[in-house]
Amino acid sequence: MITYPFTYKRAKSVDEAVALLAGSPDGKLLAGGQTLIAAMKMRLANPSDLIDISGIKELSYIRGNAGAVAIGAATTHFEVASSKDVAKAIPALAHVASVIGDPAVRHKGTLGGSVANNDPAADYPAAVLGLGATIKTNRRSIAADDFFQGMFTTALEEGEIVTEISFPVPQKAAYKKFANPASRYAMAGVFVAKFPNGIRVAVTGAGPCVFRVPQMEAALAKSFTPDAVAKIAVDASGLNSDIHGSAEYRANLVTVMAKRAVAEIA
Amino acid sequence: MSVVSMTVNGKPVSVETEDRTLLVYFLREQLRLTGTHIGCDTSQCGACVVHVDGKAVKSCSVFAVQAQGAQVTTIEGLAKDGKLHPVQEAFRDNHGLQCGFCTPGMIMTAVDMIRRNGVMDRDTIRHELEGNICRCTGYVNIVSAIEDAAKRMTSGEKAA
Repeated sequence: MITYPFTYKRAKSVDEAVALLAGSPDGKLLAGGQTLIAAMKMRLANPSDLIDISGIKELSYIRGNAGAVAIGAATTHFEVASSKDVAKAIPALAHVASVIGDPAVRHKGTLGGSVANNDPAADYPAAVLGLGATIKTNRRSIAADDFFQGMFTTALEEGEIVTEISFPVPQKAAYKKFANPASRYAMAGVFVAKFPNGIRVAVTGAGPCVFRVPQMEAALAKSFTPDAVAKIAVDASGLNSDIHGSAEYRANLVTVMAKRAVAEIA
Repeated sequence: MSVVSMTVNGKPVSVETEDRTLLVYFLREQLRLTGTHIGCDTSQCGACVVHVDGKAVKSCSVFAVQAQGAQVTTIEGLAKDGKLHPVQEAFRDNHGLQCGFCTPGMIMTAVDMIRRNGVMDRDTIRHELEGNICRCTGYVNIVSAIEDAAKRMTSGEKAA
């Protein structure tokens, strides 16, 4: 499959990427391209210019500091999955990165790209929302709770570039997903994180956008056991329904994945 | 149009191509390296896996221009001096192919996973093969071939 024509430009810095983006009629950022290029090949996307930010050194790093792990937006899934620092501080985050797509996809795909795209079935949004991470851009810092706004929709404005995501280190966390056997995308993925000041439960794949489950969070705060969430069902209305599974099926998967995630760390 | 320069299987190449040319078409149609196959063309099947700077990628999902300046290895670049790569040998010895269409991608993926993991159990090999589909469903022997190759390569047999 061949995409529509476009002009390719390689940015060496975030400032240069911002300028190139502003100077193109309908430019798009290219990071790993594992979603964007597929969409362009289907001719669902037709950017005038692709600004390649994958080689920007200032966007590729993993830094641990007091209570948080900061990861540059152009860091690949492979780099996060194989990082000793991430595995030590937040093993569940390394696990999330290790179950995205397949090895070849993980060699190209990036954290910033996944989060900015906000695919309803992407894995990273569950970790970002589940850990209450902060998304840093070239303009500001955005809390995860304010960032994910709907299907493929985020708080990002025109010309705004994700530069870093900072993940608070929890006491414990786990991610369990029920993957579509062909695409490996999450049919339902549940990220559970335990912090001294509370529990966060985030669900991806089941709805049009990643979401939290306050009822499960409250129940787990009282009793951090699989049984605490076993009887809590999310409302199936509004969940995704397709050839792979009905909304009711996905609602049930959310409860099952939540139980499994809690069982791993309880 | 851009002039894209890269090193393919150890040889420098410099070819004018459209920005929208996918790496797999660049390799197959402009360089005539047709060992890299196009199966699904949607990043699911892995028949097009090549190595870019030592890492396995799906060449149907990368533009050639993104590999500007890179070291690219295709299935044609594995054998050295007329001698098959140990992974190729292991696929032959274990009957790790039936129709052979997925084989170049399977082998490039296998070389990458062995480089990262060394000797692996069968479950790990299957997990690593998630991005490669064999339509003949010949997975049992593919897994055996990779298991065998990993042992050969880590037991001192010269890895190319």
